[in-house]
Amino acid sequence: MTIRIAFKLFASLSDYLPSGHRGNRLELEVDEGITVAEMIRRYNVPERSAHLVLVNGHFVPPSERSRKRLAEGDELAIWPPIAGG
Amino acid sequence: MGWNRKVLRVDLTAGTCTEEPLNMQWADEYLGSRGLATKYLVAETDPKVDPLSPDNKMIMATGPLTGTMASTGGRYTVVTKGPLTGAIACSNSGGFFGAEMKFAGWDMVIFEGKSDKPVWLYIENDKAELRDAAGLWGKSCWETEEKIKEELQDPLVRISSIGVSGENEVLYACIVNDLHRAAGRSGVGAVMGSKNLKAVAIRGTKGVSGIKDFGAFLKATSDAKKVLADNAVTGQGLPKYGTQVLMNVINEIGALPTRNHRDVQFEDASKISAEAMHEKRESDGKTHLVTNAACFGCTIACGRISEIDKTHFTVKNSPQYWGASGGLEYEAAWALGAANGVGDLEALQYANLICNEQGMDPISFGATVGAAMELYELGILTDDIIGMPAPFGSAEALAKMVEMTALGEGFGKELALGSKRLCEKYGRPELSMSVKGQEFPAYDSRGIQGMGLAYATSNRGACHLRGYTVASEVLGIPVKTDPLTTDGKPELVKAFQDATAVFDSAGICVFTSFAWTLADVQPQVAAACEGDWSMEKLNEVGERIWNMERMFNNAAGFTAKDDNLPPRLTEEPAKTGPAKGLVNGLAKMLPEYYQVRGWTPGGEPTAETRARLGL
Repeated sequence: MTIRIAFKLFASLSDYLPSGHRGNRLELEVDEGITVAEMIRRYNVPERSAHLVLVNGHFVPPSERSRKRLAEGDELAIWPPIAGG
Repeated sequence: MGWNRKVLRVDLTAGTCTEEPLNMQWADEYLGSRGLATKYLVAETDPKVDPLSPDNKMIMATGPLTGTMASTGGRYTVVTKGPLTGAIACSNSGGFFGAEMKFAGWDMVIFEGKSDKPVWLYIENDKAELRDAAGLWGKSCWETEEKIKEELQDPLVRISSIGVSGENEVLYACIVNDLHRAAGRSGVGAVMGSKNLKAVAIRGTKGVSGIKDFGAFLKATSDAKKVLADNAVTGQGLPKYGTQVLMNVINEIGALPTRNHRDVQFEDASKISAEAMHEKRESDGKTHLVTNAACFGCTIACGRISEIDKTHFTVKNSPQYWGASGGLEYEAAWALGAANGVGDLEALQYANLICNEQGMDPISFGATVGAAMELYELGILTDDIIGMPAPFGSAEALAKMVEMTALGEGFGKELALGSKRLCEKYGRPELSMSVKGQEFPAYDSRGIQGMGLAYATSNRGACHLRGYTVASEVLGIPVKTDPLTTDGKPELVKAFQDATAVFDSAGICVFTSFAWTLADVQPQVAAACEGDWSMEKLNEVGERIWNMERMFNNAAGFTAKDDNLPPRLTEEPAKTGPAKGLVNGLAKMLPEYYQVRGWTPGGEPTAETRARLGL
């Protein structure tokens, strides 16, 4: 079984999106039960750069990333350490 | 010493400039810049003074680290009673002007009275004189800077000035220095305009002397710079992407106020984000962003320098705007964009350029346009009143309104009064998204609960720079807290408020706090300044400053009732995103905050608190 999710990498992490890709968002079909940590590894995002990890806008702390499974329609968005104001 | 121990007092009514010693007891209690200048204002000004009357004073002040080798030590503040709010106003700016004041040998300049004709102040080291500004009145900040440099035949003179907006007393006019840095909020530019003071130009060649322990200072500032360089936010994120990198983050968490806070997510957020600034345009193949830029002594360099699309409708016939210039920063991009539903990056940059050119706060201006657009959508404001159609999302209306407001034309005169007065006039006061009359910045407090309390209790009206709990609630600095709960937020808000007062008063940029804590600031202050500057004392100074500002506002007539939020944020739940169904829990947080502060249930510092802080 597969599910459809959106995978978004922002700021300097957009370098880890497939080359030639425009924008920060990918629509993907992935295996059901895939975890946030597996997605981060699959796209070679360095663990320490995956600072702000949100699923549907909710923060997923590092300790939960290998347990948090994605569901149909989820939006996984990741940022390196950033700030503004 | 850190301080120059010298104050310049400018009596604009009498036309005199007088030197006086800095009150060193107050410097020991209030550090400098924001804290020390506010102490002077409080001591010398009736809290009930009309902000735009000659009896109000305006102080430009540096901190002990301003002009030194401390990273970001280029900040100065403008302290006065603000016309937008009627509360204390303290606006902070970077660039190079503050350091130049220090190099000329002054800690602060106090302006009082009102000149009977337009003047500008020229300071060259110890010399200070008022000069006729007849040839400058009616000119923009950019023209003023150019003309003064030409008159003085000195390209290195540093200038702070008002544009036409300040002359016209737009209630959110700002004071612009170095072309695109600004003491931006609360209408300090209108106060300057009310005094017929067009500009302050400074040339200082004396450097900064009298650092208490130079060896220790060299070590402390070097150590602190390493912390900034090694930190991923201040060493990499901010220089590359600037503050605007927050656009997609805040949208994702459902806290990006959109269309006058009707919504909390903007469908075009990505089009006005930092990432979009790096993308090549279809029209000319260039990126909007040209380079980053640093203020005096800054080792972060978050500033944005951009080039507008020459073919865009806003500038295709105006080549004077085609060059590289300041912007966009997150707050301006939000206020001119999402707040109005406008997703046209070039239009936002144009509006931002006009704000810089004529000296207006883009946050309050943009948010006031948002209120006007909602009144238009409701049929209360019409094409006839505004002079054009102005629905949410209209880049054309935004571009026209910024020109009208900056130059005081037509409906722009009403926009110039801010959203509170505009919405009151048209019978819908609840539609002004403001606290104490000052418009919100770019965070919806239904999605970031602590910010609701920070806004409600900010001493200068709604503001993100008085207690930026976004750092903790969203970005995980210094620790991650849950943005959707009110638990622990009163303590968090107080901690941010007090610490920020110290950063501001030292003369450094609050953005250092993304990497530094007070423990990184303390060795720098202690090495630069005479006296005991322990962590304990810095914490006390921050709290003292906050309470002093509060007491000024209370004496000006503000009460606990003014620590509020518009009903939209406390009664209308967020429609989408993680905060869907939530309102801000201010009613729960506020009494707890008063308690944590040592204030009465009516929001006044208790006798015990005042005694503890020496107030």
